[in-house]
Amino acid sequence: MKKIYLLDDALISPLGFSTEENLAAVRNERSGLKFHKNNRFTSGGFYAGIIENDLLAEAFLKIGEPKKFTKLEQMMLLAISRILEKNPGLNLSETALIISTTKGNIDLLTKSSFPESRVYLSELGNVIKDFFGFQLQPIVISNACISGGLALAVAKRFISAGKFDQAIVVGGDLVSEFVLSGFHSFQAMSAEPCRPFSKNRKGISLGEAAAAVLVSSQKPEDPNSISIIGEASANDANHISGPSRTGEGLYKSIQNALREAQVSAKEIDYLSAHGTATAYNDEMEAVAFNRTGLENVSMNSFKGYYGHTLGASALLESILTKHSLLNNELYASLNFDKIGVSKPLNIIKNFEEKELKFALKTASGFGGCNLALVLKKEENE
Amino acid sequence: MSNAIYKVTDFVRIKDHRIFHGKGQVFKTEKSLGLDQFLKEAYKKLEIAYPKFHKMDALCKLGILASEVLFKDHIISPDTALVFSNSASSVETDKKHQQAMGGMVSPAVFVYTLPNIVLGEISIKHKLQSENVFFVENQFNPELLCDYAEVLLEAEKTPAVVCGWIDLKNAEYDVFLCLISRKGEIPLSKENLKQLYLFENE
Repeated sequence: MKKIYLLDDALISPLGFSTEENLAAVRNERSGLKFHKNNRFTSGGFYAGIIENDLLAEAFLKIGEPKKFTKLEQMMLLAISRILEKNPGLNLSETALIISTTKGNIDLLTKSSFPESRVYLSELGNVIKDFFGFQLQPIVISNACISGGLALAVAKRFISAGKFDQAIVVGGDLVSEFVLSGFHSFQAMSAEPCRPFSKNRKGISLGEAAAAVLVSSQKPEDPNSISIIGEASANDANHISGPSRTGEGLYKSIQNALREAQVSAKEIDYLSAHGTATAYNDEMEAVAFNRTGLENVSMNSFKGYYGHTLGASALLESILTKHSLLNNELYASLNFDKIGVSKPLNIIKNFEEKELKFALKTASGFGGCNLALVLKKEENE
Repeated sequence: MSNAIYKVTDFVRIKDHRIFHGKGQVFKTEKSLGLDQFLKEAYKKLEIAYPKFHKMDALCKLGILASEVLFKDHIISPDTALVFSNSASSVETDKKHQQAMGGMVSPAVFVYTLPNIVLGEISIKHKLQSENVFFVENQFNPELLCDYAEVLLEAEKTPAVVCGWIDLKNAEYDVFLCLISRKGEIPLSKENLKQLYLFENE
């Protein structure tokens, strides 16, 4: 079977600048969502997970000059540097660089001290490539809110085809005035920290994060390792800003990913949902999960911890899913009150230790796109 | 990874006030015509009759026009994958949204500030519930498109792929989409994709 292994990873978020700090926060149900003042909102502000610039610059100082890089670049570079520190022998001339983002350095569209070209996503790719000295042309994926997971699927596909043997997949997005004003115009922003799948959910909270992972065709020597054994994306062909009522694309992507993995829905031990906490998204997911027979699987959304980190989210959440499997830990779906969708779901209410083997990660986004990944824990005898 | 099993079944080109279907020109306007007018005239000429077209941003309009021409002579499977790329992402609509941010922001504009929305619009128009990806590259990258199309076809994730380039910046547009399947005469290769992309400059 064609598969890739998820090796070292790094998370840069308001919950910390390493995977370990992030996991500790999630385990303790600590959220990165805070109130931020903003005149655009009648409530005087919004809840979001925002990284403090000073803390980031201080951490970045160890690898570079903060003033020369945008906030997003600092986040993404820092994430990759964490992985390279652990893998000093990594041959960058043979390691692909796959980048996922929705809006990149969109905040540079207004006046800034950086050259105008820096707003383009391919330029973001070049900045990252040149900083570390990657040799292969970066592959940049901008496919709305499934970008981060799709980047893993693209890595798996190219690695399976022998195009390259290993890649660093990095995703990142900012909480920008650009995106805030847009979601506000959709009346999609929650006046309180978001509550995925809950009866009292009132919309999304935004967040910013960078996530990175080293993926390889080679099985690591560790006693346990996590691989991606199935993946698929599918479009709803229904509406560009609203999900399909029948969850068509999500259903189809889950079916296709499970088929490739040769795993049945019954075998899935844990489901990391998209769960943005908008009325329509969560309802659509509930419908799709029920159609697939996943209603009894322990599931959560990480949006209550991080907010919606857009192009980073599906990658960030896949990395958390990896550690969930490795540690045999189920993390609570933060801010959940009681079920607020029309179909039954098994939402994780409290931290739990449980033997886990297979997990499913899903994501959906504007443009009607959907994605599913099947992760497996492989135990060396 | 060149594999002769797969062929460039058909292709479409939109650039400099002209639309080509294969190597034949199907539409042309005066160069003085602005982008909006060009899109409107092409829509009329191609007899698309799809009122949603008028609500779309220019990048999506280009995608709808191109797919209409490309799919004209073929039965398209709903599993046909869409593999698009460009360099400017959705920058034209990004600027429009940015300008509106001082006052009233429109969700109808904001939704188009993602490059992959064109994949969604084409999927809705042609009922494709398929694999999607949008790559952003410095310039047209035939190797990436060829490799990824082959990977999807080889892995049997799709029976056919529409891949190509759809770029719009400062009202300058450059569209090249091709249908890849087992049918046709032109073998799928990065060299052939490059030649087809460049042909109208000859």
